[in-house]
Amino acid sequence: MNVTDISKGISSAGISEKEPFSARSLFIRWESILILLIIIVVIINSNISTHFLTVRTLFNMTFNFMELGIIALIMSFVIIIGQIDLSVGSNMAMSAAVMGINYQMGVNMWVAVILGLLAGTLGGFFNGVLITRVKIHSIIITLGTYSLFRGIAYVILGDKAVSSYTEKFLYLGQGRIGNSPVPVELAIFSVLAVIFGIILHKSRFGRYMYAIGNNELASRYSGISVDRIKVIIYTASGFICALAGVLFSSRVSVTRPNMGEAFLFEIVTVVLLGGVSIYGGQGTIFGVVLSLFLVGMLRYGLSLVNVPSNVMSVIIGCILIFAILLPKVLRRVFAVR
Amino acid sequence: MKNLDTNTQHRGQLLRRISGRREIVLSAFIIILIIAVSIRSPYFLTISNFKNILLDSSLLMILAIGQMMVIITAGIDLSVASTLAFSGMAVGLIVSNNGGIHPLLAILMGTGIGMVIGSLNGFLISKAGIPPIIATIAAMVIWRGSTFIISGGAWVDAYEMPYSFKQIARNTTLLVPNLIFIVIIVSIIFYYFLGYTKTGRQIYAFGSNPDAARFVGINVAKINFLVYMFSGTLAGLGGVLWVSRYASAQSNTATGFELLTVAACVIGGVFIFGGTGTITGVLLGSFLLSIVANALNQIRISPFWKLAIQGAIILIAVITDSILSRRVERTLREGGGS
Amino acid sequence: MDKTILRLENITKTFTGTLALNKVNFELNAGEVHAIIGENGAGKSTLIKVISGIHQPDSGSIYLNDNLVSLNNSLLAQKHGIATIYQEPTIFPDLSIAENVYMGHHEYNPVTRHIKWKKIHDNTVKLLESLEVKLDPRTMVKNLSAANQQLVEIVKALSQNSQILIMDEPTSALTLSEVKDLFKIIKHLKNSGTSIIFISHRIEEVFEIADRVTVLRDGHYIDTRDVSDVTIDELIKMMVGRVLKDMFPKIKIERGDPILRVEALTKARQFYNISFELHKGEILGFSGLIGAGRSELARAIFGLENTDSGKILVNGKQVYIHNPVVAMNYGLAYLPEDRQHQGLVLPMDITDNVTLPILGQFTKMGLVNTGRETKVAKKYADMLDVRASGLWKKVFELSGGNQQKVVLAKWLATDPKVLVLDEPTRGIDVGAKASVHKFMGELASQGIGIIMISSELSEILGMSDRIIVMCEGKITAEFTRKEATQDKLLSAAVGLSGGQKNKDRVKAKK
Repeated sequence: MNVTDISKGISSAGISEKEPFSARSLFIRWESILILLIIIVVIINSNISTHFLTVRTLFNMTFNFMELGIIALIMSFVIIIGQIDLSVGSNMAMSAAVMGINYQMGVNMWVAVILGLLAGTLGGFFNGVLITRVKIHSIIITLGTYSLFRGIAYVILGDKAVSSYTEKFLYLGQGRIGNSPVPVELAIFSVLAVIFGIILHKSRFGRYMYAIGNNELASRYSGISVDRIKVIIYTASGFICALAGVLFSSRVSVTRPNMGEAFLFEIVTVVLLGGVSIYGGQGTIFGVVLSLFLVGMLRYGLSLVNVPSNVMSVIIGCILIFAILLPKVLRRVFAVR
Repeated sequence: MKNLDTNTQHRGQLLRRISGRREIVLSAFIIILIIAVSIRSPYFLTISNFKNILLDSSLLMILAIGQMMVIITAGIDLSVASTLAFSGMAVGLIVSNNGGIHPLLAILMGTGIGMVIGSLNGFLISKAGIPPIIATIAAMVIWRGSTFIISGGAWVDAYEMPYSFKQIARNTTLLVPNLIFIVIIVSIIFYYFLGYTKTGRQIYAFGSNPDAARFVGINVAKINFLVYMFSGTLAGLGGVLWVSRYASAQSNTATGFELLTVAACVIGGVFIFGGTGTITGVLLGSFLLSIVANALNQIRISPFWKLAIQGAIILIAVITDSILSRRVERTLREGGGS
Repeated sequence: MDKTILRLENITKTFTGTLALNKVNFELNAGEVHAIIGENGAGKSTLIKVISGIHQPDSGSIYLNDNLVSLNNSLLAQKHGIATIYQEPTIFPDLSIAENVYMGHHEYNPVTRHIKWKKIHDNTVKLLESLEVKLDPRTMVKNLSAANQQLVEIVKALSQNSQILIMDEPTSALTLSEVKDLFKIIKHLKNSGTSIIFISHRIEEVFEIADRVTVLRDGHYIDTRDVSDVTIDELIKMMVGRVLKDMFPKIKIERGDPILRVEALTKARQFYNISFELHKGEILGFSGLIGAGRSELARAIFGLENTDSGKILVNGKQVYIHNPVVAMNYGLAYLPEDRQHQGLVLPMDITDNVTLPILGQFTKMGLVNTGRETKVAKKYADMLDVRASGLWKKVFELSGGNQQKVVLAKWLATDPKVLVLDEPTRGIDVGAKASVHKFMGELASQGIGIIMISSELSEILGMSDRIIVMCEGKITAEFTRKEATQDKLLSAAVGLSGGQKNKDRVKAKK
């Protein structure tokens, strides 16, 4: 099929396919800055503690933020499609509570785990259905479920905790793979990170996600099942939060209804610091992983100098603000793209 | 040629009746709830109980008014509870160490602290362009952490506080408890401000269409700054009153309270995307929430249900709201259609 | 009255690399309606942005009533009495008419800062009445029709005693009867001494309402003529710089078998009992006023909305289309009205946009083969002669005409048997328009059935083999190309044939 243009001639080569390579664009990337910051933190931390740069320590350090990490992975999906999920910490607690109470009532450990996972997944599904059917912004819906799920956790457990889990269960959160120093949790996180990365950057689903985050209406008009994708992502979020709840209970050997209360803020910080735009449509898994480790190492380093956790929160709060300001400043300085 | 939109005229009146209707619906709901609960628990319908409810809700009302202004500009302020805690703790510490401070001065200090925090938020959001949800979440964490820091984790107890301070919340002025008095004053001030002053109307304009606002010469940075400053100021005021009322300053004061302020606004008809909202709606919304909280206590529901029910109420309220308002909009728009 | 109240001399304006205005002159006389026309990119909107203070010229001077002025920002221009109404209404939907009119210059008591509501409402009513319009000033603007919203902007200009009113494509979202109302108001304003600058792509309107017309081309000032003294062809020649042969290429098509058939399709409040047939190789034009239900019908056929009753048959077999994916499987494609918000994902590049609906074709086990994808995107981008430095360019950087080509490429890549085009040439210049039309003809000759929804009568009359007219959700007439005339189409569009309600009651749906 050929169309001859009336007013102008056609160039025989047509439109060009390959973008010319620019080394500059490689360096002025968000991820590069993160890598730089990580290096700085590593240097500082090693100065604080000579043991820091050992394999053992590094692996041990990851224990602290793996649950955070897997939720950060799914949260970046949620934010990339232009939504938010404020209920993640509460979902975590609710799922763990379901698991805990069942176990306490005599149900087999692993059946209890499955029930917990199911509860969280259902919670996520509930979010997804409400958000797509009721056409209210996800911020309000998940604000409601933030209360509701947390409340359910309290209703289930009262103010009691569940402990004395089986050894096999505790292995999930505290154990390592075989004889290696690699924690099971880190392995789980890594596998999930790779899966999420492939989905986001290489798959059709990921492409749809970016389209939705940038222009939901046009995506609909192009035949993308936007609602289905939203429900899928929120359901996945529920499942991941449940998994995080299970892992956390396993790591600290106890399930309390106030689990994960401070998580939301940390997760949002990690995701935004990772280069995901709060407006949607932008961001990479690699960036989020980098930022997770950056924040994790920073916290670890601060704890080495006995900085109390509240002060840490203050510091991280400031980092969050910094994380947002930086791209704006950079944009103005480089005035391109 | 006449554009005889008499239909529009009628619809205009209908619209006014309907937006008034929301307040009517809320009031009706409140009345039904009161009746239902008092059947189950007769103590509910007593004057002293109602006084409690009003006093409880007054703190919520004060902060909700600030939150409303922020939401009207399509923003959100999640830092109000932390601001309240910080200002309350700061003032609590100060008065417990300087017994001779005049209560009015204490109020002023708390309000001032809130104003500073709110201004910081406003600056970050309006000048530095940080999205409100992020700036205020960060502020929430920062000021909550700071509350821990300045208190060293300790509480300021009742016996450490001078009598005059504790009486702020308990005294009456003109037979009306101080707290309620303050609420009335604040409501009137902002009712007037939002309805009858240029800047107040500009807040609505900005929320309705920020680009158009810029275009007609509204100083949008100023407006954006102002609403967060107001919100912080009111939260600061709330902090002093809270600490005075409960005679205790704790580092975890009012955790989760920011949620309630948003809930009060949403229930009260403030549209989350900005542009609309009334003081009366917000007051009614706050009142409703307080009644529910009080009623739950009365019916002796275990306190663990509180959070769950709160969440359920928010969800039910927004869902019904969305369904109803869509139906209303469809009939009102000239011709409807997509 | 030939007093020049506004004069622009040698205005030049560059935007990083592009010369938008090149020594442009412009003169506006008092009390005249002066149209500015030109292709996309000719510099019309830049020119009016210079006049309204949004852009400052690099060189050249502006004289207001023979006084040199610097319009450094839009507020300053407004203070000088220049009011501008853009295509995107700058209104506050949640506020009342009166507030919209007075926002920015409320009447208030400077001491108590108390706004005088009663005075504002009364003034608004007076202003509305001066235009012979009756509306309750307390009505929330979001509940008004597009035409009335525009009216609010006009009233706002009046309330500021503007001597110059600039209107950028004011008729693009209006129904025919609303356009007539608007023109009456413009005449009103003219009689009371306001001078009006009017930008439009619809040349017929220029002849209807303007006194003089200025033509711009590629940033250059070409000429200013009295409307009574010039022909459409001359204007087009000035705009395009060459003679356009055959604005609407007449192609003789062998009409094929029916490919799409709709029977008694109904959706409450949008369209009723719609039945028609589309043949292979045919261009079926859908004419009617805005709000007649044509886009709603198209969206329903494409599965974006559901229907209450009725049948859709593709190639004789009944199909149930409940979402766009199903529609695409049956070979349907829908090019939406609003290309920026419905047709394109602006921050993404050309490749992503073109392949969005057909990603499944390059997907194996969920993963996308970007090599094949780029090749396909290139094929269709070249087919439509999309002009850009590369496929990686983000779509928001392209011109309106090129953006429309990308949307067309996207839907063409789905290999449609039925192509529904909703206002395919809206807001694009004459050159690009002609190439889109020629392309449509080629597609039809390949056997694709085309439904073209358009509000431009000349386009409908020139391109369609058959024309269906809709009014208020119902089909009021069907004509072949030979039978159709402008009058017949108009009558059917307002429902006069068939004895329905009269013109005044025609409402506009948004």
